[in-house]
Amino acid sequence: MANQPQSGEQTEYYEGPPTMVKGGLSFHEITNLISHHAEKKTPSAWLAAFGVASLGVVLLLTMLAYQVWNGVGVWGNNQPVAWGWPIVNFVFWVGIGHAGTLISAILFLFRQEWRTSINRAAEAMTIFAVICALIFPTFHVGRVWVVYWMLPIPNQMEMWPQFKSPLLWDVFAVSVYFTVSLLFWYVGLIPDLATLRDRAKNIWRKRVLGFFSLGWTGANRHWRNYEKTYLILAGLATPLVLSVHSVVSFDFAVSIIPGWHTTIFPPYFVAGAIFSGFAMVVTLLVISRKVYGLENLITLDHLEKMNIIILVTGTMVGFAYITEFFVAWYSMVEYEQYAFLNRAIGPYAWAYWIMMTCNLIAPQFFWVKKLRRNVTFMFIISIVVNIGMWFERFVITITSLHRDFLPSSWGYYSPTIVDVLTFVGSFGLFFFLFLLFLRFVPMVAVSEVKGVMPEADPHYYDDHGDGHGAGTPEPATTPSGGSS
Amino acid sequence: MLNEFIREIKLSMGIFESNSDQTYGVLAEFSDPGALLDAARETRKAGYRHFDTHSPFPVHGMDKAMGLGQSKIGFIVFGGAIFGLALATWMQWWMGAVDYPLNISGKPFFSTEPSTPVMFEVTILFSALTAVAAMLAFNGLPRPYNPLFYSENFRRATDDSFFLHVGASDDLFDEEDTKDFLKSLGGYNIEEIKDLGEANATSD
Repeated sequence: MANQPQSGEQTEYYEGPPTMVKGGLSFHEITNLISHHAEKKTPSAWLAAFGVASLGVVLLLTMLAYQVWNGVGVWGNNQPVAWGWPIVNFVFWVGIGHAGTLISAILFLFRQEWRTSINRAAEAMTIFAVICALIFPTFHVGRVWVVYWMLPIPNQMEMWPQFKSPLLWDVFAVSVYFTVSLLFWYVGLIPDLATLRDRAKNIWRKRVLGFFSLGWTGANRHWRNYEKTYLILAGLATPLVLSVHSVVSFDFAVSIIPGWHTTIFPPYFVAGAIFSGFAMVVTLLVISRKVYGLENLITLDHLEKMNIIILVTGTMVGFAYITEFFVAWYSMVEYEQYAFLNRAIGPYAWAYWIMMTCNLIAPQFFWVKKLRRNVTFMFIISIVVNIGMWFERFVITITSLHRDFLPSSWGYYSPTIVDVLTFVGSFGLFFFLFLLFLRFVPMVAVSEVKGVMPEADPHYYDDHGDGHGAGTPEPATTPSGGSS
Repeated sequence: MLNEFIREIKLSMGIFESNSDQTYGVLAEFSDPGALLDAARETRKAGYRHFDTHSPFPVHGMDKAMGLGQSKIGFIVFGGAIFGLALATWMQWWMGAVDYPLNISGKPFFSTEPSTPVMFEVTILFSALTAVAAMLAFNGLPRPYNPLFYSENFRRATDDSFFLHVGASDDLFDEEDTKDFLKSLGGYNIEEIKDLGEANATSD
């Protein structure tokens, strides 16, 4: 591939944005690079990781079974802190999901072509994070066998859900979010599943992939409707993702608890969600690109862009923390002022300062270009950020509840071992699902990556090429490029 | 009349009717998206209507070259959105104010403000479901059997190759003439596709 556009003298002919794909890969090489990970023999390292993750799933199931059998009392939740770790974990996991939709939908609408090599994995992460999130409120209701009372399904009491409750809005918001994310992900997968189908050797593999790829042939009559649908889904997912964490924040903001009853919550929660989600994407992709040798597709440029988003959203979240303090002081409401002072210097000050350090200070290192292009450093920061964001939810949930209006009802909340192990188990489930995804599904959107390459532009061949334009009868040696 | 209408609908889905001797059409390969775009433009100019191009990714400008208009999905989705909004509004009003009114802290049985989040979410849900359902319906998917799957070469349509397929149902279709025409456009590996109707078209 001598005349790749990024190689020196060819650059001037190409008028589009810089190339997303490094290493001069052809279309076929990209197909191979991504597909063969879903086709090769199961690597033993994958089996080992999968084994560990499966243990986590077993742990989660055990803890949930124990909780269902004994009741919610096995958790640390009690008066005055009736919302303990389960809600903290719920908000944490839902937040992580947001980056996936942001990458797949919002960056699509903004025509950020660099999203193509990371959107598939990020969307998968969204779906798995939302699954992990849904576990907590589902079991937090106590009697999980009547959880369907939350849905508008006729039941033996002839009663309907209470639509004036933010908790019910949450049921709708998160379940719609899950459904739409899944649809969006699957629609994006159809052409790539067809690619895998056409490469399949084994009859059963062919049949299963043939079933899921719906008979896709890459016909232009199909691409026409497909692209429109994809655009519409992106347009729908964008307000949806902003609404989901807003509705989650209503769970808090619509109440009258000091420290919760603030109008800043929806935007502040959304920024925090994107912040933690991008950190999780960086954590996952730094590992996957290394293990699967995708450095040419998920390049340092991609990681740097994500780090910039982490920097921006982290600073927004930090700004929100400071604004909350200012508004508490400015409001002259004694309880509000106390709630915030209590966060910073009260019994949970340790959690507050972990949050401040991890979320406000840690991302500031990304102002330095060298640091935001350093893979090891960004990996560490991404984990620090997620620890910080978990503590943010901990601080919001616990500190506001443990000391409310009446000092006689003050208390101190501690989780139980069941709380801790359930949370650890949810990570097991997350990685269990993510490993399955890495093993069986093309982890990069093959057709989308090809579509943003300069070689995919029909006008690329007007100036380029070496006579293999229209009207050249013989097949080129590399049919992808027309350039040999 | 009705048959003609059905044929047009199927054509818009990229489904062509094979002729009496089970010929589905002629398939030609092109080296790159640029060549495919030019070929599609020329094919349309020559008067062909029942043809389609196949590429691993959408080729920019192909809809125009093939003479296809805007996709109608948007209108259908708007209908889905209105339905979702109406359903959510009706549901919250009927459940909360008609079927089982319950006084919660003296709040109104139904009012717009607390109903907005659910209205919004259900609107999005129905829009998204409609979008995907309409996409599948307009594309005639799922379509497990497609005569093109008989072609070994055609498998590369989802990898790195570019194909133009002229359906046998086109008025101008003539096996030899169409083959020569595609060859003159720069197509190679030209083959005739038979609609044999066997199961497992892609299996070895």
